[in-house]
Amino acid sequence: MYSFDYARAKNAKDAAKLLAKKEAKVVAGGMTLLPTMKQRLAKPSLLVDLAASKDLKGIKKAAKALTIGAMTTHAEVAHSSVVKGACAALAALAEGIGDPQVRNRGTIGGSIANNDPAADYPAACLALGATIVTTQRKIPADKFFKGMFETALKRNELVTAIQFPMAEKAAYIKFPNPASRYAIVGVFVAKFKDEVRVAVTGAGPGVFRVPAWEEALAKKWSADAIAAGAVKAADMNSDIHATAEYRAHLCAVMAKRAVAAAK
Amino acid sequence: MASVTITVNGQKRTADVEPRTLLVQLLRENHGLTGTHVGCDTSQCGACVIHVNGKSVKACTMLAVQADGASVTTIEGLADGATLHPMQEAFRDNHGLQCGFCTPGMVMSAVDLVQHNADPSEQEIRDWLEGNICRCTGYHNIVKSVKAGAAAMRKTKTKKK
Ligand SMILES: Cc1cc2nc3c(=O)[nH]c(=O)nc-3n(C[C@H](O)[C@H](O)[C@H](O)COP(=O)(O)OP(=O)(O)OC[C@H]3O[C@@H](n4cnc5c(N)ncnc54)[C@H](O)[C@@H]3O)c2cc1C
Ligand code: FES
Ligand code: FES
Repeated sequence: MYSFDYARAKNAKDAAKLLAKKEAKVVAGGMTLLPTMKQRLAKPSLLVDLAASKDLKGIKKAAKALTIGAMTTHAEVAHSSVVKGACAALAALAEGIGDPQVRNRGTIGGSIANNDPAADYPAACLALGATIVTTQRKIPADKFFKGMFETALKRNELVTAIQFPMAEKAAYIKFPNPASRYAIVGVFVAKFKDEVRVAVTGAGPGVFRVPAWEEALAKKWSADAIAAGAVKAADMNSDIHATAEYRAHLCAVMAKRAVAAAK
Repeated sequence: MASVTITVNGQKRTADVEPRTLLVQLLRENHGLTGTHVGCDTSQCGACVIHVNGKSVKACTMLAVQADGASVTTIEGLADGATLHPMQEAFRDNHGLQCGFCTPGMVMSAVDLVQHNADPSEQEIRDWLEGNICRCTGYHNIVKSVKAGAAAMRKTKTKKK
């Protein structure tokens, strides 16, 4: 690791101020950032720790949306009775991330800010039509995720919370990488009163929706509404874990299982 | 340099370290607590699992400065003098280790599991140990050990009451 300075932010505002320093970076759970720094792929001059910023923590349910603070850990989401009651699929997704120690440190804010193409939370945000609340504005999930490791966030803009609208039914099913548990393919389906949204992670260079399946499922909410051809191998990733053809196949299989499992 | 004060196994300790010092380095190199191992240094193997404020974490993927003010328990803090912790005893009784390299992390992880699931099933134990890798045992005896350790921990709990 290259050397750096370290500061603890008291709250989100304080963190944004500290970020003004050139090459400063925030650390949330550190589960992605610290390994990246060890490999010398990141070289922050100042590390701004968000752990003491209480305003970034917590889970709240209102009539229309479930709000989760950016610094809420995967374990907290997985075990929260509020999340389980409002969106069981989201709690189950959090429980399926990595391993218990990663879940004890890793945060929802860090996960979506990082936007790893194989991460789980981006699929939930996109399928549930979440709103990403930042220190500067509110960004709809449809505009937030910009492809591999890229988001709409500006350099000194922080995610403060994520607001999830309540779905009638939802489920997330992933085909995990057996070593890391990252998604080789993960599909989140969400059924609302007036629309269905389907988001896929792990399969392509970034999380994406599948309009053909959304329309078919809106007409008929059933696993056989998922037609295999809608996701093309040409748009898929290919690596040692799975070929593009296999990933395209898995998308349809995971989507069918998700529809069947949705509650 | 940064001054880092942590309560390790009940004892308050301060050290001056560079911000890039990992928590596992602080424990091993500054505080001489070499029971916490480094297997992979890439957050995969779990040999470095300790408890920070009561929760299991990988000490190779946390900075010492992030732990400033925290309460830390390492494998050295489990035994009560010469009396092993019931989970340690269970690993010994059930041949839950061979070379022993993964064992400190396995035991710390297992104790965290039992803290919120007093009677875990075999499947729950296997799921929980997702982040702990062992290259010797093939896991069967580790799972057996955790099951026995959990039962022993339930017993000592009722005794204390
Ligand atoms: C062994 C292992 C297995 C894993 N398996 C999975 C898995 O199965 N599925 C999965 O989805 N993920 C997985 N992860 C990743 C894990 O979920 C991370 O916790 C997550 O990607 C990053 O969250 P973090 O809080 O650790 O962020 P950090 O590592 O602290 O930060 C990540 C990036 O986001 C930025 N950032 C953090 N918080 C904010 C914020 N509030 N606003 C703006 N920017 C911010 C940081 O500057 C940094 O660039 C795994 C990680 C490990 C080590
Ligand atoms: S040394 Fe920390 S996980 Fe392997
Ligand atoms: S006993 Fe040797 S690595 Fe587990």
